[in-house]
Amino acid sequence: MFSWFTQATKTFRHGIHPDDYKELSRDRAIERMPFVDEYVLPLSQHLGAPSRPVVKVGDKVYRGQLLAEPVGYISTSLHSSVAGRVKAIELRHHPSGKMVESMVIERDPYSPQTLINQYSLEWENLSPEELLYIVQHGGFVGLGGAAFPTHVKLTVPEGKHAEFFIVNGVECEPYLTSDHRLMLENEQPIFLGIRIAQRILGVDRVYLGIESNKPDAIAHLRKTLPPDLNCEIVPLQTKYPQGAEKMLTEAVLNREIPSGKLPIDIQVIVNNIGTLASIGQLFQLNQPLIERIVTVTGPGINRPSNLLVPIGTKLSDVLEYCGGLKENTLQILFGGPMMGAPQLHLDVPIMKGTSGILCLTDVEVQEREEYPCIRCLRCVDACPVYLNPSRLGALAKVRQYEEMMDYHILDCMECGSCSYVCPSNIPLVQRFRVAKALLREKQAKARKKAG
Amino acid sequence: MKAAEVKLLLTSSPFLKQEDDMPTIMRQVIYSLVPVSLAAIYYFGLGALLLILVCVGGALGTEWVFSRGKRGRRLSIADGSAILTGLLLALVLPPAIPLWMALLGAVAAIGIGKMVFGGVGSNIFNPALVGRAFLQAAFPVALTTWVPQGGWQSLARLYPTQFGMPFAKTTVSAVTTATPLSQMKFAGQTTDTLQLLLGNTGGSLGETCALIILLGGIYLAWRNYLNWRVPVAVFASVAVFAGILHWVDPLKYAPPMFHLFSGGLMLGAIYMATDPVTSPVTQRGCWIFGIGIGVLVMVIRTYGGLPEGVMYAILLMNAVSPLINRVTQARIYGESRKKDKG
Repeated sequence: MFSWFTQATKTFRHGIHPDDYKELSRDRAIERMPFVDEYVLPLSQHLGAPSRPVVKVGDKVYRGQLLAEPVGYISTSLHSSVAGRVKAIELRHHPSGKMVESMVIERDPYSPQTLINQYSLEWENLSPEELLYIVQHGGFVGLGGAAFPTHVKLTVPEGKHAEFFIVNGVECEPYLTSDHRLMLENEQPIFLGIRIAQRILGVDRVYLGIESNKPDAIAHLRKTLPPDLNCEIVPLQTKYPQGAEKMLTEAVLNREIPSGKLPIDIQVIVNNIGTLASIGQLFQLNQPLIERIVTVTGPGINRPSNLLVPIGTKLSDVLEYCGGLKENTLQILFGGPMMGAPQLHLDVPIMKGTSGILCLTDVEVQEREEYPCIRCLRCVDACPVYLNPSRLGALAKVRQYEEMMDYHILDCMECGSCSYVCPSNIPLVQRFRVAKALLREKQAKARKKAG
Repeated sequence: MKAAEVKLLLTSSPFLKQEDDMPTIMRQVIYSLVPVSLAAIYYFGLGALLLILVCVGGALGTEWVFSRGKRGRRLSIADGSAILTGLLLALVLPPAIPLWMALLGAVAAIGIGKMVFGGVGSNIFNPALVGRAFLQAAFPVALTTWVPQGGWQSLARLYPTQFGMPFAKTTVSAVTTATPLSQMKFAGQTTDTLQLLLGNTGGSLGETCALIILLGGIYLAWRNYLNWRVPVAVFASVAVFAGILHWVDPLKYAPPMFHLFSGGLMLGAIYMATDPVTSPVTQRGCWIFGIGIGVLVMVIRTYGGLPEGVMYAILLMNAVSPLINRVTQARIYGESRKKDKG
């Protein structure tokens, strides 16, 4: 609505405008978190099959050494983020709430913690297939939160071709600032990552979408952009959920990705800026994905920070490093407040897909009285994929899950905009999640029966 | 605090929430009606206040009787919707209506209009208008007897007819007047637009001063508490319809300004038609809904037997709104409209 006043006019339709609370950690420079004594590396940190261990309990490992290899195509490698000894391979608490087979690495206190072999790769001489192989075996997944293996995302399926490459620097989740800091402080790996992706995809035109609540990042990247890199920096209106692939594509190119289709179906590939920066680092230093930037923030933490954390650092260690929790902390999330996953155990590790740690207190977390739906239309206006959450919510409440299919429930991407705006405090997206999970289960069963 | 001592809560995202909740919206609508009510008291004296109190009280009482369980009762009283219904009902009644009738109207509004459907959010028709339609059918004379306006001098006045008892013949002969619409219909006289804007005319309690209602509506639309598309569509279609008629025969038909600012159109379009529960859930549907109301109002006013038709127009469109929802179902993201139909 206020697009006439701001410089950035591009965005998608619908969506919401929550307060972004980024001021808590926006101005904190990225700090390297010191090494701790024990690291927990779940074998499943990505979507797809868990990795298969290649080391045994008791083995000595170096920082950056391969610990587990990919099993099949949609899978990725796992590397040690610290030099030390494999203490155990056992079930440990996983941020998803389950117990998951994990490698426990005990740090070698006398190691200087340098990379196993550090050199830069001459990527100009490698073919796209070789580059993809390196990306998969570098253990790369989407760092935005979904943790989908990056080499799969960067593969153009047979019979299709990519024309546009969109880099996701939106960071639309409130509170999170890790991509913002990355863009301000470490732009060179981003540009290198873009070049490598360009080569893999055979794409010339690159767009980098950044929301206008990060004007300094937009200015900085425009200033440092190498003249020979064909990349347009696109300022976008600040709106949630602009970081979703579909929304970002619409905002940048004004094209809609059809229901049930992928961006490549309209010749687009989207990738997260943090992932590209890590890929850049892989080719600069031969450093696999063993650390990432995590925003530790929220009213519940004493020292909000942006930390460079070795993958596998336990939540409790990070919280302690950030000055501990305040008395009235009630909830800790991995990710942002809109789609983040609440944590129950403090010994869960930071994973490849953990973009932030958000600590909320009893001020923000409140039980709200649920009123009947008054069909005020706010959710209909907020839903970025044009669903009717009001109708879906009524069906979900009485568990008419089959009928929800007629209202395209499977197009819901669980962004939570409907629950955010609902004046009757109806837990819409929460109910949709249950409905979707049950419907998926049913579909899988039916498929199995069919053969 | 040591991290190990934290007791964590496990609930599902999102954890951010817009602060406006349903009671807030209801409260804001009620606040925006306070100036309208004050204008009514100014024009019709203490009797108006009494009528408002009776309607609100009746609505609250009925809500309390019909809602069940401790929690249900607390919530349905606290959400403020009953107060709003009572207030709106009072504002569409003639000032001198016997109070027992008004009470009956409030009971009908909440009982028949809302609670039998399942309470807030489940009703098909606007409850306040159901109450008024009930009274119009039951007591046609009382509902079309209008009293003249007063001012500061007569602020303390009450109407003898207000205290009439059921089944008792009232012998008091009150001073009556006509509304601008009935003057138009039966005598062919139009009223000056400025008079209509300020409300210096006969009519129901809250529908005389169009200007204050309009300001209330603008406030609500600005705060996003009502869907501006509905009143805009109503006004536009009334203006176009009346404009064409006036252009064809200026002597027989009143100008558009007269139709816009007279009778219950302002109050109906801004406060009744925009009731979210009974209006469509798609934006395109809201345009259709509003245009339908405007056209029906003009059809009834011009060709019907009654001078005023806002109430029936809105109730009729309420009945159609589920159908409008069905035909204006939004397309799914990434599909073109044409393909959707084919």
